[in-house]
Amino acid sequence: MITLHWVYALAGAVFAAFALLGARDRTNPRRWTTAAFWALLSLSMWAGDALGDLGNGVLLLGLVALAGLGGMGRGQGPVPDAVRQERAARLGNRLFVIALIIPATALAGTFLFKQAPAWFDGKQATLIALALGVLIASAVGCLWLRAAPVEPLQQGRRLMDSAGWAAILPQMLASLGAVFALAGVGDVVGQIVSMAIPQGSLFGAVIAYGLGMALFTMVMGNAFAAFPVMTAAIGLPLLIRTYHGDPAIVCAIGMLAGFCGTLMTPMAANFNLVPAALLELKDKHGVIKRQVGTAIPLLIVNILLIYWLAFP
Amino acid sequence: MWVLLGIAVIVAGFLLRFHPLLVILASAIVTGLAAGLDPLTILAAFGKAFNEARYVSIIWIVLPVVGLLEAYGLQERARGLIAKMRGATVGQFLAGYMLLRQGLAAVGLTSVAGHAQTVRPLVAPIAEAAAEAQAGGLDDDGRDEVKAWAAATDNIGLFFGEDIFLAIGSILLIKGLLEQYGISLEPLQLSVWAIPTAIAAFLIHGFRLWRLDRRLKRRGGKGAP
Repeated sequence: MITLHWVYALAGAVFAAFALLGARDRTNPRRWTTAAFWALLSLSMWAGDALGDLGNGVLLLGLVALAGLGGMGRGQGPVPDAVRQERAARLGNRLFVIALIIPATALAGTFLFKQAPAWFDGKQATLIALALGVLIASAVGCLWLRAAPVEPLQQGRRLMDSAGWAAILPQMLASLGAVFALAGVGDVVGQIVSMAIPQGSLFGAVIAYGLGMALFTMVMGNAFAAFPVMTAAIGLPLLIRTYHGDPAIVCAIGMLAGFCGTLMTPMAANFNLVPAALLELKDKHGVIKRQVGTAIPLLIVNILLIYWLAFP
Repeated sequence: MWVLLGIAVIVAGFLLRFHPLLVILASAIVTGLAAGLDPLTILAAFGKAFNEARYVSIIWIVLPVVGLLEAYGLQERARGLIAKMRGATVGQFLAGYMLLRQGLAAVGLTSVAGHAQTVRPLVAPIAEAAAEAQAGGLDDDGRDEVKAWAAATDNIGLFFGEDIFLAIGSILLIKGLLEQYGISLEPLQLSVWAIPTAIAAFLIHGFRLWRLDRRLKRRGGKGAP
């Protein structure tokens, strides 16, 4: 039966290829430590279950040390502009067709794989289908574009190096949630919040969650970081456990409430300050000022959507 | 009560711009110690959770395909689509760009457009030229305002399109976190709930762009400033 472990094996192979190709990239001043980072991630994908809990903890320390001490770098070497222009003109919209193979396969597989429970682990259908879509799109891409088989891995590595350590930020934050859960953070915050929110007011709790997501995101500059905090504090103990809200709706729209906060904070420099510099604006907060007028009404809409949709 | 120190650590760490991975590790250690756990138990718990949440990071297997397509001109092709929308009013053009950005992000192509890829070379200049024609000339502040609208539209289109794709970081983070609390969900169950907000974002921002058009038209009626 095809399970998530097959996908981990594939991901391990991809990260191993990134590590090998990266180690040979002399244009990257930190090629060895960068390659070591992807090699550790590859080891985690391949052998995570065999390492034991403490072994995984040590692996995690290695990743954090490599990234935290400035070991991640990137090389040069995107394909020259003129070559890409010429290729784009020649290949036309078939590029979009290849790109659409992945979401189309992921969506189709999510439904179809459940019909064949003997062959596929139905609970992980989407991720298995996503991996299948990647394999199909790579094969079609290489054949149709006449690219060498190593070309996707080489180009993928280039993008991976520009993402850098941020690649494991979501996984780290999801894991932090487990430590919060173990330490009972949610219970403590839940008690405090339930004192602050009028007894039994569902609407008050929803407002606290949506507004809290946006405010924490504004302070930290990152909705991903705000999410484990607010979910442990209000989302899980109050909205999901006490009021029996639909966890999918509460969390999916709660995250988007956080994104509204991202639009309003200079802490999210990549999105808000870098473009102002790139466009040579006199007012470095000019982009944020144009975004506030959309972010505030949209935050209100998100809070109302959670209230209406998650609590039937 | 002391377990809340972990939250204080993560908030302060991000606020003070320490390395995010170090901040997360520090927050885990502080939280665990405050709950009376010994360091090895904390490390093991964190390691166990990291291993169980591995699927959050498997989305990176799409990079070889994205990289291949970019090397063969996907961004240039997207720019071609944007350039075709030239000739509309600035509000119509930016609304069209937002729709394109949301659509591309919704099928996982988040890096095809962006501030460096499309806004600076294409979207901002086209928007500027359109606004200039509508208002009959723009001063420096007006020009800056239109450029800021272009960047803002890119951000909003990206943020409220990407979560529709079922294997984006935020969706898998939600799935991973809920699993730590014993709630098991499929990515698709989460990503469909990004659609109502995506529509609302387009309507709200589109309305504001429509009003921008009207403002510029009034200014144009009065003659060049």
